[in-house]
Amino acid sequence: MQPEISSRPEQLPKGAEVRMDVPALELLIEALRERGYRVVGPVLRDGAIAYGPVNKVGDLPAGWTSEQNPASYRLKRRPDNALFGYATGPKSMKDFLHVSEIRTFAAEKTDGLFWILPASEPPPRYAFLGVRGCDIAAMLVQDRVLIGGQAADPFYEARRRNCLIIAVHCTEPASTCFCVSMGTGPRARNFDLALTEFADSDLHEFLVEIGSEAGAEILERIPVTIASTEMTSRSRALTDRAGQAMTRHLDKDRAVSLLRENFDSPQWDRVAERCLACGNCTMVCPTCFCVTFEDSTDISGQRAERWRKWDSCYSLAFSYIHGGSVRSSTKSRYRQWLTHKLSSWVDQFGSSGCVGCGRCITWCPVGIDLTEEVAAIEKANSAARKEDS
Amino acid sequence: MSIAAIPLPDPMCPLPVRISEVVRETHDTYTLTTTAANGSGLPPFLPGQFSMVFEFGVGEVPISISGDAEIPGQLVFTIRSVGAVTAALVGHKPGDYLGVRGSFGTAWPLEAARGQDVLLVAGGIGLAPLRPVISHVARHRSDFGRFLLLYGARTPKDLLFRKQLHAWSALPESQVLVTVDCADSRWRGHVGIVTKLFDFVNLRPERTIAMTCGPEIMMRFVIRALRARKLEAGQIYLSMERNMECGIGFCGHCQMGPLFLCKDGPIFAYLQVERWLEGHHEL
Ligand SMILES: Cc1cc2nc3c(=O)[nH]c(=O)nc-3n(C[C@H](O)[C@H](O)[C@H](O)COP(=O)(O)OP(=O)(O)OC[C@H]3O[C@@H](n4cnc5c(N)ncnc54)[C@H](O)[C@@H]3O)c2cc1C
Ligand code: SF4
Ligand code: SF4
Ligand code: FES
Repeated sequence: MQPEISSRPEQLPKGAEVRMDVPALELLIEALRERGYRVVGPVLRDGAIAYGPVNKVGDLPAGWTSEQNPASYRLKRRPDNALFGYATGPKSMKDFLHVSEIRTFAAEKTDGLFWILPASEPPPRYAFLGVRGCDIAAMLVQDRVLIGGQAADPFYEARRRNCLIIAVHCTEPASTCFCVSMGTGPRARNFDLALTEFADSDLHEFLVEIGSEAGAEILERIPVTIASTEMTSRSRALTDRAGQAMTRHLDKDRAVSLLRENFDSPQWDRVAERCLACGNCTMVCPTCFCVTFEDSTDISGQRAERWRKWDSCYSLAFSYIHGGSVRSSTKSRYRQWLTHKLSSWVDQFGSSGCVGCGRCITWCPVGIDLTEEVAAIEKANSAARKEDS
Repeated sequence: MSIAAIPLPDPMCPLPVRISEVVRETHDTYTLTTTAANGSGLPPFLPGQFSMVFEFGVGEVPISISGDAEIPGQLVFTIRSVGAVTAALVGHKPGDYLGVRGSFGTAWPLEAARGQDVLLVAGGIGLAPLRPVISHVARHRSDFGRFLLLYGARTPKDLLFRKQLHAWSALPESQVLVTVDCADSRWRGHVGIVTKLFDFVNLRPERTIAMTCGPEIMMRFVIRALRARKLEAGQIYLSMERNMECGIGFCGHCQMGPLFLCKDGPIFAYLQVERWLEGHHEL
C-alpha cells in the first residue's frame, strides 16, 4: 500500500483540494478507462491541439502550446513539459456530445409499411480531460438548448448524462480569448475534477479540486495527498493573472440591447464586405447547435436512413423556403449569427450564446473579430445618436 | 412484423400512418386523410398546428393539419406540390403509408374569438391551416358572432375546397368572398388581390378577431388594411412560415429574431411579430 493513500480519508469530500503528480495522472486515465469511459483530451492533430482519444499520458501534447491571433493558429514549443499549456483548439465538447454527423434512424419497409429499426449501439460514455472553463460553460449553454426545453434531444442527452468532466484551469489564455468578459473563465466551474498544472519547476504536479461525488469516487484509488494552502493559493494567483492578461473584451449585457436596436447599422454592410459566408465560425463555435437532416434509401428503396448534420446559418440554403432564401445576402446572415449569439440567445435561453472562447476569431479565414464588430456597431450607434440630437 | 412491438425511440422518429383517402383539390394540391397504421392512435391537435410529414427516404416537411379537430383518429393534410418532398407526398394512393411527427406549434386563438366576429383572410394554400377554424366555427356557430372569410387564389383553377366554400357561405351570418389574381373567361367573381375584398365587407372593429395566413407579403398588406379599418394590433393573428427541419426547436432553421417559429409559432398574435415584420427584411 502506498503511503500517500493512508494519509487521507478513503473518500475525499466534494470541495476538497489534493495534490497529484504525473504518474498519478497516468493512473487516473487508467481508472477512467477501467470504468468504461472513453477518455477524450488534448492531442496533436493536423497541426493543432484538438480533442481526441487519450489512452495514456504520452498521448497528451507535452511541451506544446498554441499561438492564436485573428485568422491564425500556430503550434509552438514551450520551455517546459506542460501537458495542458495551451488555450482552446478548434474542437470542443460539442464534437462529442452534439456530434457533427449522426444517423437519427434507419427504417425498413415491407408492403409499403415501414418501421423504425432499433438503434444498434449504446451511446459512448466520455470522460473529458483538460477541458476549459469556456468549454464547460458552452456545454451548459447547449444543455439549455438541447435538453432544457419541452423536448429533449435524445442523442445529446444520452451522451451528456453519462459524461465526466476533468477540467484544467487556464493559466495562459490566447490573445483571442475573452472568457473574463463572458464570465466563463479562466477558472473553470461545474466540473467533476479540476486540475491546475504546475510544470515550471522540477516538480511537475497538479492541484486537483473535487467538484462532485463522481469526481471523488474516481480519485478513490489514486495516490494523492491533501494539498498545501500554498499550492491552492498559487493556483488562484495563476488564474487571476491569466484573467488580468486578457486583452479582448466584450460588454455582454450591453451587447444584448445594442444588437437588438441596431438591425440597420451601417457596420453590417462593412463586415459583409469581408465575410466569406464560409461558416467556419459556426463550425468551431462550441455553442452553435443548428443541424440539417438528410434522407436516403438503399438501391432497393426498402431501407431508408435519416442523418443529422451540423448546419450553418451562413449558407444560402439554410433559410430556403419555396421561392427563395429568406436571408439572401451575406450581410443578413452575418447579422443573424452575431445578433443571435449575443442578443436573441438571451431572450430564448436566458444566457448569452457566446462564452468568449475566441475560436471564431482564430478560425475565421479573414480574421473577423466579433469583439471588434460589437465595438464598431457601438461606435456607429453613438455617432448616429449624436447626429439625431 | 408489427410496429407496436418496437417502441419509438425518440421525438425525431416518425410514426407510420396509413392514407385512407386522397382528394384532388386542384391541379397541384391534394388532401390526404391519414389514420394510425398500428392502432395506437394519433396525437390530438389544435387548429393551426402542423405535423412534420415524412416521405420514406425522401425527406420531411412541415404541413399544417387541415382537418376537423373534433374528429379523432385522423390527421388531414392539404399539400401543394412544389418540390421533391411535396411532389412525392401528393403522388400517393389510398392504402399507402407516410410518417408523421407531432402535432406541433401554437394554435389559432379560438378561446379569445368566442363571442367575437371571426374574420379569416387567406391566400393560396394558406386556406388549409385555417380550415380547422372554419370547421370549429361551423360546429359551434352560436359561440361566435359573424363569420367572414376573404380568400384569394392565383387563378380560378387554384381555388381550394370549392364545394366547402359554398357550404360555408350558407352558414348563418356568414360571408365568404373569393378573388383571383388572374381570371379566366368563365370567372364571374372578384379579380385582384385579397385586400380588395375589404371594400365589400362591413367590419365591426370593436368586436372582431382577424386571423390571416398566406404569403408573408400578402399578410403585410392584410395587416395594413386591418389597421386602416381600426383593428388593434392585439386583435390580429397570423401564421408565419420559415424553413423548418425539426419542428421542436433543435435545428435552428425557423428562427426570426428571438422567435422559433416551430415552437413559439407558427401562429402568433401580431403584437409578438410586429417588430420583425415592420421595416426589417431578411430576418
Ligand atoms: C408551419 C408550416 C406549415 C405549412 N403548411 C403547409 C400546408 O398545409 N400545405 C402545404 O402545401 N405546404 C405547407 N407548408 C409549406 C411546405 O412545408 C413546403 O412547401 C415544403 O417544405 C416544400 O418542400 P419540398 O421538398 O416539396 O420543396 P423544395 O423546394 O424541394 O424544398 C426543399 C426543402 O426546403 C425547405 N422548404 C422549402 N419550402 C419551404 C416552405 N415553404 N416552408 C418551410 N420549408 C420549406 C424544406 O426543408 C424542404 O424540404 C408549410 C410550411 C410551414 C413552415
Ligand atoms: S461566438 Fe466565438 S467566442 Fe463566442 S463562443 Fe462562439 S466561437 Fe467562442
Ligand atoms: S465571420 Fe469569418 S468564419 Fe464566419 S462566415 Fe464570415 S468569413 Fe467565415
Ligand atoms: S423547425 Fe427546427 S428549430 Fe424550429
